[in-house]
Amino acid sequence: MDAPAITDSKAPVLEVQGLRTVFHTSEGMIHAVNGVSFYLRAGELVGVVGESGSGKSVTMMSLMKLLPEPPAEIVGGSALLEGRDLLRLEPSALRHVRGGEIGFVFQDPMTSLNPVFTIGYQLTEPLREHLGMSRSEARARAIDLLSLVGIPTPEERLNDFPHQFSGGMRQRVMIAIALACDPKVLIADEPTTALDVTIQAQILELVKSLRQELGMGIVWITHDLGVVAGIADRVMVMYGGLVVEHARVSELYARPMHPYTRALLETLPSLDGTRSDRLRSIAGQPPHMTQAPSACPFAPRCTHVHDRCLAENPPLVEAAPGHDVACWWRPPEQVSESEVNADA
Amino acid sequence: MLDHAISDETLLSVQNLSKHFPVYKGIIRHQVGVIKAVDGISFDIRKGETLGLVGESGCGKSTAGRTILRLYDATEGTITFGGQNVAELSGESLRRIRPRMQMIFQDPQACLNPRMTVSSIIAEPLDEHATVKGRAKQDRVSELLDAVGMNPRFANRYPHEFSGGQRQRIGIARALALDPDFIVCDEPIAALDVSIQAQVVNLLEELQSRLGLTYLFISHDLSMVRHIADRVAVMYLGKVVELADREQLYADPKHPYTRALLSAVPIPNPEVETKRTRIILKGDVPSPANPPKGCRFCTRCPEAIEKCHSVEPDWRKLGDGRHVACHLAE
Repeated sequence: MDAPAITDSKAPVLEVQGLRTVFHTSEGMIHAVNGVSFYLRAGELVGVVGESGSGKSVTMMSLMKLLPEPPAEIVGGSALLEGRDLLRLEPSALRHVRGGEIGFVFQDPMTSLNPVFTIGYQLTEPLREHLGMSRSEARARAIDLLSLVGIPTPEERLNDFPHQFSGGMRQRVMIAIALACDPKVLIADEPTTALDVTIQAQILELVKSLRQELGMGIVWITHDLGVVAGIADRVMVMYGGLVVEHARVSELYARPMHPYTRALLETLPSLDGTRSDRLRSIAGQPPHMTQAPSACPFAPRCTHVHDRCLAENPPLVEAAPGHDVACWWRPPEQVSESEVNADA
Repeated sequence: MLDHAISDETLLSVQNLSKHFPVYKGIIRHQVGVIKAVDGISFDIRKGETLGLVGESGCGKSTAGRTILRLYDATEGTITFGGQNVAELSGESLRRIRPRMQMIFQDPQACLNPRMTVSSIIAEPLDEHATVKGRAKQDRVSELLDAVGMNPRFANRYPHEFSGGQRQRIGIARALALDPDFIVCDEPIAALDVSIQAQVVNLLEELQSRLGLTYLFISHDLSMVRHIADRVAVMYLGKVVELADREQLYADPKHPYTRALLSAVPIPNPEVETKRTRIILKGDVPSPANPPKGCRFCTRCPEAIEKCHSVEPDWRKLGDGRHVACHLAE
């Protein structure tokens, strides 16, 4: 293998183990996250891919305790931020983590910015709150941050309200707020989904350059496999509240192993290359999550399903170096490869 | 795309179509300006083809679709459909042409009345425009549900009992109820998950080849448009800037905006992505209330010359049959 194995030297800054979150609703319990484990190192970007309801946002909201409890309840697991378990922190300590050590960027910049406060106020608030800066220090830092995210004439724009910014500019402001206290971890939940492609391209370029400059760990939640391909180091694919596949980005796209990942990549029409007459589609619907998974959640839609899939939920295991997959089935090319390796 | 017959016959012809929305201000609501949402667009759609209409939010693509169907009254221009100018029809003659032109909406949640059963939603156009009653009407509803791949037994359920993809199928069944010739699909898959998008697109294509439908497919998803459309029109700030056959447009885009748009689309392949050089457009789309002088794209165009800031480029036909509005295109 040319790429270095994923499990290498640096200790992770964030390590989540066996996270499980449920929602108590009038129609019964919804098992949104069913035992998710992952880690994030400083300076790397992990993409989390999945469809709506796959549990990708709930996972990240859970570890920041941002979900209203009830209806939500975190029923198991741990989330260690440099050794401290976020799930067991006192509310006051957690306040310092949120917006301080962990920054958050949400999908819709209009609803996550407060419309009645100026951008300057919203940007200096975390600086004064978390870092105890004076008004003038915070203002100077706010100007730096706005120019860092590429907003022209930052001194003037500080006094503007969110509605005076365009969608792309608002998302830049959100990123500036998330970066305000030099977080160790940045969680970006579909940050470009509400934006047009040309604006999305601007934001992606910005994040790429900021990563090199700031060296924090980033979790990037998205449903767009194209976005992940361009920016991520590693990718986790989620389905039914579980991580079903995890690998380095080049490995995942070159040798996807889980039938869901494979199908997902095949359903996408391409911008170049050959056009197929008919799109491959994945039959059926995503699972309802009203029961904790006792079988593989993808089994009802899977083309490689067999008896074991319906009886036992496959654990996430390392099937190739640095490539984890939760599936009883192995793609034929991979089986023959490992045989070749065994022979050699 | 499935094989479907495209004839040389023009089904719909749009000439110099404009839709301006007045802007009012103050207590006495005097008009202070206009939003030129669609500002002089022209194209033909041949019978049996799919014309893709792409562009970013606010470029006027949905307004164009709605104006063509006379959901909005056109400010200027003609829409020739079935030998009549739809823009000028009114009363009974407009009502008679409506069944032939239908629409599929973006948000399958919002476009279905939550208090109506699936059966009454699909039968509503039949009640309005057709004379089928009783048993025959129920049969037609079942037939339509079957055509969109849904179990006719679900006819008495309500929209909330269905998933997004299934609701979109109900919307498609309703659009098909009156046997239309032409359907405007306004971002029909934008609200759906990736795995469900393919199901709906495949359904639209099957229906097209089976029923000989003509589509105007409005979307911001350039990869999907490449899959479904025969020809593609690119809109920017109320104008069509380029119109070409699918292969031409994607292989060799002539307008700088088309090039930038295509280069901004992320490709799900890390090797390609890391090697690609992107054209990153600066700034945002200007306001359609106050579009720039000259070419509308000149404020963001990486190739703009002086002429672009003063003279609006003509909508001209190039040697290979495509249309483009750019001074520099050859």
